[in-house]
Amino acid sequence: MTTIAAAPSTVRPGALYYRHTLPVRIMHWINVVALTVLFMSGLQIFNAFPVVHFGKSAYDGTAHALEIGVQLDAHGEPRGVTSIAGHDFDTTGWLGLRRDADGEWVASTFPPWLMLPGVQWLSMARLWHFFFAWVFVVNGVAFLVYAVASRHLVRDLVPDRTELRGIGASVRDHLRFRRATGEAARRYNVLQKLAYLTVIFVLLPMAVITGLAMSPWFNAVLAGWVDLLGGRQSARALHFIVAWLLVAFALIHIFQLVVHGLWNHLRAMITGRYRLPAEPSP
Amino acid sequence: MKRWRRAHPRHARRTFLRAGVGAVSGLALAGCDNLSRSEWFPKVLDAATSVNAAIANVVGRRALAQEFSAEDRSPTFRSNGTADPATAQYAAWVASGFATYTLDVGGLCAHPQRLTLAQVRDLPSRTQITRHDCVEGWSAIAKWKGARLAALLDAVAVKPEARYVVFYCADPMSDDPTDLYYESIDLDDARHEQTILAYELNDAPLPVPNGAPIRLRVERQLGYKHAKYITGIEFVASFAAIGGGRGGYWEDQGYQWWAGI
Repeated sequence: MTTIAAAPSTVRPGALYYRHTLPVRIMHWINVVALTVLFMSGLQIFNAFPVVHFGKSAYDGTAHALEIGVQLDAHGEPRGVTSIAGHDFDTTGWLGLRRDADGEWVASTFPPWLMLPGVQWLSMARLWHFFFAWVFVVNGVAFLVYAVASRHLVRDLVPDRTELRGIGASVRDHLRFRRATGEAARRYNVLQKLAYLTVIFVLLPMAVITGLAMSPWFNAVLAGWVDLLGGRQSARALHFIVAWLLVAFALIHIFQLVVHGLWNHLRAMITGRYRLPAEPSP
Repeated sequence: MKRWRRAHPRHARRTFLRAGVGAVSGLALAGCDNLSRSEWFPKVLDAATSVNAAIANVVGRRALAQEFSAEDRSPTFRSNGTADPATAQYAAWVASGFATYTLDVGGLCAHPQRLTLAQVRDLPSRTQITRHDCVEGWSAIAKWKGARLAALLDAVAVKPEARYVVFYCADPMSDDPTDLYYESIDLDDARHEQTILAYELNDAPLPVPNGAPIRLRVERQLGYKHAKYITGIEFVASFAAIGGGRGGYWEDQGYQWWAGI
């Protein structure tokens, strides 16, 4: 959290202290922009073939795991249909089919405000996606170098044994929305640390690896490596799943900020200064 | 899906503003929309492709695409784009069983030739089971047999100043009969071991929906590079004066010329 760590006793509850260093703040917000663009342009790319399929290819004789599309109902009316493992769900208005401003039905895998560009435009979505993929990768590598060199990683992110033994207590605290106060509020809690480590070392690298696995050129560089992911079409499915897991993380992340003081945390990630929550009065 | 019209950009913009996603995100989305439609911004974004292509020029330049076993093949190989060029000339070729079909090979080479399908089949061949990756995101695996493009390059003695191989195709892409599909690759890819002029799909003559009588297989790039219904091959120093000047039909619509990703 802080590299300019004041001695614990010098920061009174209610006082501001320096929580996030400038490089962490900058790289955090670059990451927010890059991942938002990657997610939204990724959905537009997915829209060109709105199918999740596991296997070496999309057509291997097995059924699609998920498919979003348009079907005609018994009255000949179009319906947005999402099929999951062979079970059809009517998702008209949300997935597959929506009404436009004039009330006309338009085929659209996702709502336009979730996609970049909002209307079907695969080539443009690819341009956004591949540019911001580089922004994300360069930023991510810079973060890893900084996190190791500045000891941000070991000091702030890796939990020690005591913390790991306290996972149960931390789960109970989370379920009761109890927030840390005083000295404990200076550190990330153990679940928070594990969540950040999972995102940094599992989900984000998986996003890159599964993305590269879809490149026919990169497939050839090391023959057969894509089979480790279950094949190229499985890699696309995993890429899609990882993207939504990152969205789930982001939603929980924002939820925690709202619960534990949105403005305090936002200020900390903008100016670096965080106000320690006061101890509960006896 | 064809029954429902595509969203008109103007309508879509109105829709999400009405949906009330919030002023800030609304402005951000509208901003992105404007950037997408600007002249300059897509060029900035496309810098990433230049980086990727430069890396590909070093990493795995001669690497072979993965080859699969017979059981991995897709039950049917999907046809995408044109399923039948349906021109009078093409219909006549189909009627003759492609006996009257010819392939013109010319441009920057010492011995331009007009080849029959039988002559193409006489060139040194290669058979491979490979995966076809469409830019849309689907893939399919099939067995291909075709003439090695490198053998054709040698047969016509390509000149040193040639940098690209352009493929002219029989399928019109609009009501304008001169708006024909075309593609181009560089000489590295042209000489690649797996780059073939495929005339067989899964041990049968290449069917019409898949590009009969000849389609390109350039295995480490996306499907739109694999030109179907090839009628002419030209060796050029630059493709700036051909079509829209970007090296291919889909490239002229904004897709990348280097389609390795």
